[in-house]
Amino acid sequence: MSDKKFYRHLIRERYCKGCNICVAYCPKKVLELKDGKVFAARPDDCIGCLMCELRCPDFAIEVKPRDAAASDGADERVVDLQVPPEAHDA
Amino acid sequence: MSETLSYFRQDRLPHIWCPGCGHGTITGALVRAIDRLGLDKNKIMLVSGIGCSSRAVGYLDFDTLHTAHGRALAFATGLKVARPDLKVIVMTGDGDCTAIGGNHFIHAARRNIDITTIVMNNNIYGMTSGQYSPMTPKGMLATTAPYGNSERDFDLAELAKAAGATYVARGTSFHVPMLIELLEQALQNKGFSVVEALSQCPTYMGRKNKIGSAVDMLEWIKGRTVNAKAAAALPPEKVQGKLLIGELHKSSQPEYCDEYLKATAKVRRAWKNIDGGLRGCEQNSD
Repeated sequence: MSDKKFYRHLIRERYCKGCNICVAYCPKKVLELKDGKVFAARPDDCIGCLMCELRCPDFAIEVKPRDAAASDGADERVVDLQVPPEAHDA
Repeated sequence: MSETLSYFRQDRLPHIWCPGCGHGTITGALVRAIDRLGLDKNKIMLVSGIGCSSRAVGYLDFDTLHTAHGRALAFATGLKVARPDLKVIVMTGDGDCTAIGGNHFIHAARRNIDITTIVMNNNIYGMTSGQYSPMTPKGMLATTAPYGNSERDFDLAELAKAAGATYVARGTSFHVPMLIELLEQALQNKGFSVVEALSQCPTYMGRKNKIGSAVDMLEWIKGRTVNAKAAAALPPEKVQGKLLIGELHKSSQPEYCDEYLKATAKVRRAWKNIDGGLRGCEQNSD
């Protein structure tokens, strides 16, 4: 499994309207809705097919490559909502 | 999308389209196509009419025109003739393009003017609460067709082809990678290009016809389309009654602006500077 690629999910909660399209079309069931907003429940299963990103009508989700070690345990509870999600890529 | 988000007026987001509306997906596809082609943002003009789909230009950071209902192509034609160096893209809806602006559409296609038209077809007038449009399939329900639509619908691709458009394609908000490719092709075509993008309207089309949520509507769109390339190999009963998606027509014809400049080259004044200068033509020496 050394060639497995890992991805992280940049989610703009302010843009998300909870239409469920990304959750329904994720082939690996990575995403879930939580309080009407999308949330990456199983980010390690992501294969980076971009079906969620391309089909999202609200430009709310983005899939980026990441190192395997980088972000274990990072869920929405430890995310600082004051910082816009794009700021981490700047 | 971080890169492509720079094409948006981010202070206007999130947009006001309903949850699950396909127009956002199609707008995203257009932006990705523009990004892939690496076009200059300052050389693109977006023109739209009135309707849900026409709100797209308000969210995009290009030079944009939001015009009268159905007249997007009329404004775009004037713009293109005045400034042939600009890339003009028209974003319009099915009612805007085929009902109110139907005449503008066929004549823009007939002239083969270098405009890329994206028709976001959600089969209904979404903004005014779900009246049936010329693209509502026969038998489907709408606010103004409570017993089922008794009119036949347009096949926009055939209409555009017959009227003389040089690039005609149909995509959907379900087949997004294909839609991006089609938009890329359309943007590169010199002449009138039409991309009909099937979109879902869960609020009116879905609810009136009991299709269900946005996901069910995407499945409905998937079920009523078949790839044009695959259709050639499929038995006819599998293609019967379905819409073909993909590139449907491509031809090479003289473009209107070129032809117009050629025709008027003899009688044009040769302006040397803005204050007047030398006039090349005796006829116009007023």
